[in-house]
Amino acid sequence: MKHDVLSNRRSDGRAAKRRPTPVVAAVLVLIATALVAVPASLAGCGSTTTTTAGGAATIAPAGAPTTTVTLGGEVVLMTHDSFAVSEGVLEEFTAQTGVKVRVLKSGDAGAMLNQAVLTKDHPLADVLYGVDNTFLSRALDAGIFEPYEPPGLASVPPEFQLDPSHRAAPIDYGDICVNYDKAAFTGLTKPPATLRDLTEPEYRSRLVVENPATSSPGLAFVLATIAEFGETGDYTWRDYWADLVKNDVLVVGGWEDAYYSAFSGGSGKGDRPLVVSYATSPVAEVVYAETPVTVAPTGIVAEGAFRQVEFAGVLAGAKNPEAARRFVDFLLSTRFQEDMPLQMFVYPANSEAAVPTEFATYAAVPERAAALDPAVIGANRDRWIEEWTSIVLP
Amino acid sequence: MIAGGSAGSGSTSWRGRPPWGGRPSWPRRLGGLVLVVVPIVYLSYLFLYPLVSILWLSLTGTGRLDLSPFWQIVVRPSLRGIIWFSLWQAVVSTVLTLVLGLPAAYVFARYDFPGKSLARPMVTIPFVLPAVVVGSAFMALLGPTGPLGVDLRRTVWAILLAHAFYNYAVVVRTVGGLWAHLDPRLEEAARMLGAGRVRTFREVTLPLLRPAIAAAASIVFLFTFTSFGVILILGGLHYATIEVEIYRQTTSFLNLGLAAALAVVQMVGVTAILVLYSQYQERRSMELSLRPVRETSRRPRTRGEKTLVAGVLGFTAVFLGAPLVLLVERSFHTATGYGLTYYRALGSTRTGSLFVPPVEAIRNSLVFAVVATIIAVIVGMMAAAVIAYRSDWTARGLDVVLMLPLGTSAVTIGLGFIVALDWPWDLRTSALLIPLAHSLVAIPFVVRTSLPVLRSVRGRLREAAAVLGAPPSRVWREIDLPLVARSVLVGAGFAFAISLGEFGATSFIARPDTPTVPVAIFRLLGRPGALNLGQAMALSTILMALTAVAIGLIERFRLGEGGEF
Repeated sequence: MKHDVLSNRRSDGRAAKRRPTPVVAAVLVLIATALVAVPASLAGCGSTTTTTAGGAATIAPAGAPTTTVTLGGEVVLMTHDSFAVSEGVLEEFTAQTGVKVRVLKSGDAGAMLNQAVLTKDHPLADVLYGVDNTFLSRALDAGIFEPYEPPGLASVPPEFQLDPSHRAAPIDYGDICVNYDKAAFTGLTKPPATLRDLTEPEYRSRLVVENPATSSPGLAFVLATIAEFGETGDYTWRDYWADLVKNDVLVVGGWEDAYYSAFSGGSGKGDRPLVVSYATSPVAEVVYAETPVTVAPTGIVAEGAFRQVEFAGVLAGAKNPEAARRFVDFLLSTRFQEDMPLQMFVYPANSEAAVPTEFATYAAVPERAAALDPAVIGANRDRWIEEWTSIVLP
Repeated sequence: MIAGGSAGSGSTSWRGRPPWGGRPSWPRRLGGLVLVVVPIVYLSYLFLYPLVSILWLSLTGTGRLDLSPFWQIVVRPSLRGIIWFSLWQAVVSTVLTLVLGLPAAYVFARYDFPGKSLARPMVTIPFVLPAVVVGSAFMALLGPTGPLGVDLRRTVWAILLAHAFYNYAVVVRTVGGLWAHLDPRLEEAARMLGAGRVRTFREVTLPLLRPAIAAAASIVFLFTFTSFGVILILGGLHYATIEVEIYRQTTSFLNLGLAAALAVVQMVGVTAILVLYSQYQERRSMELSLRPVRETSRRPRTRGEKTLVAGVLGFTAVFLGAPLVLLVERSFHTATGYGLTYYRALGSTRTGSLFVPPVEAIRNSLVFAVVATIIAVIVGMMAAAVIAYRSDWTARGLDVVLMLPLGTSAVTIGLGFIVALDWPWDLRTSALLIPLAHSLVAIPFVVRTSLPVLRSVRGRLREAAAVLGAPPSRVWREIDLPLVARSVLVGAGFAFAISLGEFGATSFIARPDTPTVPVAIFRLLGRPGALNLGQAMALSTILMALTAVAIGLIERFRLGEGGEF
C-alpha cells in the first residue's frame, strides 16, 4: 500500500457529491487572463503618463527661457543606488516646472551604465546621473547622451568640465584617499603622510584596499597610484603595488567589506587601521555617530588622492527632452547642490553652492588630487585592472 | 509514495491520454491545455525570452555573431581556473552541507524533543539573509579572536562554511521530510536479522533516502555553483565563481560578449546537472510504505540516543545560531551599552533624505512577497500538475526549465529584463517586475514541494475515481487538491522567504524607488557611521524575525507531508 493513509478516507467521502465539471477549466482561464491583463494595465498607466509628458514637452521650444514655461508631465531619472536627496527638494522642481520626477535606481555605477547602453534605442529614462570620470568615455563612446549645455556650467570650475562637446555635465566631485583610525596612531607611530609611506615596515599589515575590478573606490585608488608613480621610469605604479603586496596589503571585494569588516576606525569592526575610502568618510562618522561627537574618529591621508567627478546628461531619445534639460539645470542649481553634500557625501560642482558647516569642520580637502583624462582612463582601464590583478592576485 | 514520472501501476499510467478512455470533451481538453500553456508562456516570456535576447545582443554587439568570447574561455587559463573553481567548490560545499546536515535531518525526523516546533523554523532563517550581513558576522567569528581560534577569514574554508550555513535548511527539510515518513520497522527488521548499525544504514536507510538526498544535493549544488555574494565577501579575491566573473566582466569591463559566453557555460553546467537529476528522479520508482510522522518519531530513550540528540542539536545551535546571535547582539549593542537606539533610529528619518522609513521597506517587502508567492503558487501548481500527470517530453522539459532560474546568472537575467521586456508592454521600469522576478526563483520551490505528493496520489486512488466515472477535473479537485494543499503551503512558505530575502536579479534592473528590506540594508551599509551599521543590523534582525514568523506559520500546516523541501 503506497498511499498516504492519512488522507485516503477523506477524499473517498467527498467523492459522493456531484459538481459541474468545467469549473476548474474556467477558473484556470480566468487566472491566465488575469496574469496577462494585470501587467498590461499596470504598464499601461506608466506609459500613458510619459506619452502625455512627451506631448506637452514639444510645446516648449528648445532654447526658450526656462523659468517662464510650465511643462508638466514626468521626467524619469536613472541613477545608481547611492543616490539620495532630502525630502522636498525634487518637489521644488515639480513646483517650478510642473514636471514630476520619477527616480529609477539601477544598481551600482557599472550596472547603471550597462543598462543605459543596452537600452539606448529605447531608453528607460530621460536623464542619467551618476556616471563618473572613470566610466565617462564609455558612456560618450556609446552615444547615450544628447548634447546640452546647461547655463549653470558658468559657475562650474573648468577642471571639472571634462567633455568639451557638452554631452555630460559635471554635477559633483569627491576624493578617494586613505583613511586612518586615529585611535591606532596615538603613540609613536604617526599616520602615513604619502602613498610611498604605505610601503614602509611600520605600516606592514595595516592597509586594506578594494579590488579595482569590483569596486569603484578600489579603481580610483589604483588610478591615484598610476597618476602618482606613472607607467614608466625607475619606479612605476606596478613596482609600488608589488611593494604593497610585500607589505601585506589586504585586498577585499567591496567598500562595505573593507570599511566595516576590515577597517578598525570609526564604525569599522576589523583590525586594520588604514583603509581606502572617501575623503568625506570622517564627516559621515560624525553625522552618523550614535551619540553626538565633536571630533571625527578617523582622519585622511591628504596626499595621493584621486578625484572622482560625477556627471549627468540628457539621454538620447528621451521621451521628455525639454523636461530632461530643465532637470539637468536643476541638478546644477544651488538648491540641489547644497543638499547633496550631506545626502551623498560629495562636494557640489557649482562653486556658488555653499558647503555645509560639517564639511568645513570635519572634512579635509586633499591638497592635490590626481585627475587623469577620462579618454586615457577609458583606453587603459581594462589593461590596468588586468595588470593590477596579475601583480596583486597572481 | 515519492515516485518518478512513469511510476505507479505500470500499464495504466496516463501518457497524454487519460485512462478513462474515449475522447475528452472540449472543456477537459481546454483545461489540460491551459495547465500546459500557462507555465510555458509565463516562463518563456519572463525567463527564456529575456535570456535569449540578452545573450544574442551581447554576442552580436559588433554587428554580427561573434563567438570569439567562447574561444577566450578555452585559451585563457584564468577563466578556465574560474570554471574549475566554481565546479569543485560547489561539489565540496554540497558534500559538506550533506555531511553536516544529515545528522540534523535524522534527529529532526526521528526524535521528539522540547522546542522542536520552535527550532525547525529557525533553521530556515539563514536562507533569507543578505550575504553582506552574514559576511560581517562570519568575519568576526572566523577571525583570530573568534571561537575557532584560527584565522579563516578570506579563505576557501570561509566560503565552504558559509555555503553549508546557507543551505543547511535545504538538507534538513528535504531529507528530513522523507526520513520522517520512512517506516522504522524496516530498519528494526534489518537489525533483528543481525545487521549492524552501519550496515543497516548503508543497505536499508540510505537507499530509501537516496531520492531526497539527490533532490537536496541538486539544489545545494545549483545555489553554490552560482554563488555570488558569499564568494565576493567571504572569499577575498583569490576566489571567483563564474557568476562573480560575469559580474566583473559586465560592470567593470563592460565586456558583455565574454559575460554572455560565461553565462552560457554556466547554464550548460546547470542544465547538465538538472537533466541528470530529472532522469534519476524518473528512474527511482521504489515502493515505499510511508508512515505518518507521529508513528516514526519518539523521545530519545537510551543514554546514547540522548547524547546523539543533544550533540546534534548543540552543533546546529552553534553552527547556525552563532552568526545570527552575533547580528542580533550587534543590533542592540550601542556605544552606551545595550539599548534600542538603532531601532529607534529606524523609525525616524533623521536626515530627511530619500532614506525610506523601514516600516515602508517592510511593507514593500511584504507586498512583493505576497504577490510573488501568489504567482508562484498558481504557476507552480499548474506546472507541478503537468509534470506529475504527463510523462512526455513536455513534462520533462518543463521540469528542467522550471529549475533553470535558480541556476542562471542574476546579472544576465537582470540585463535581459531591461533589453527584452519593452514588448508588448513596457514592464522594464514597472514595480511589478520585482515580484515577477522573485516568482521565477520561487516557482521551483512550489513545484518541488507539491510534486512528490501529487505523484504519490497518481496511482490507485486516482484510477479508482476514474473507473468510477469521475472526470479529471473532479479527480483533481476531490483527490489531489486536498492531499496537495498542505505541501503547497510549505512551498508557499519557501516562496515567501525567498522573495523576502532575494537580492539577485532585482538589483540589476532599473527599479522605481520602492526599496525592500534587503535593499534598505544595503543602502545603510553604503555609508560609514556607527548609526548606519547599527540600523543595518537592526533591520537584519527584523528580517530574521519576519522570516521566522512566516515559516513558523507555514510549519503549523506541515503535518505529515513528504515534500522534497
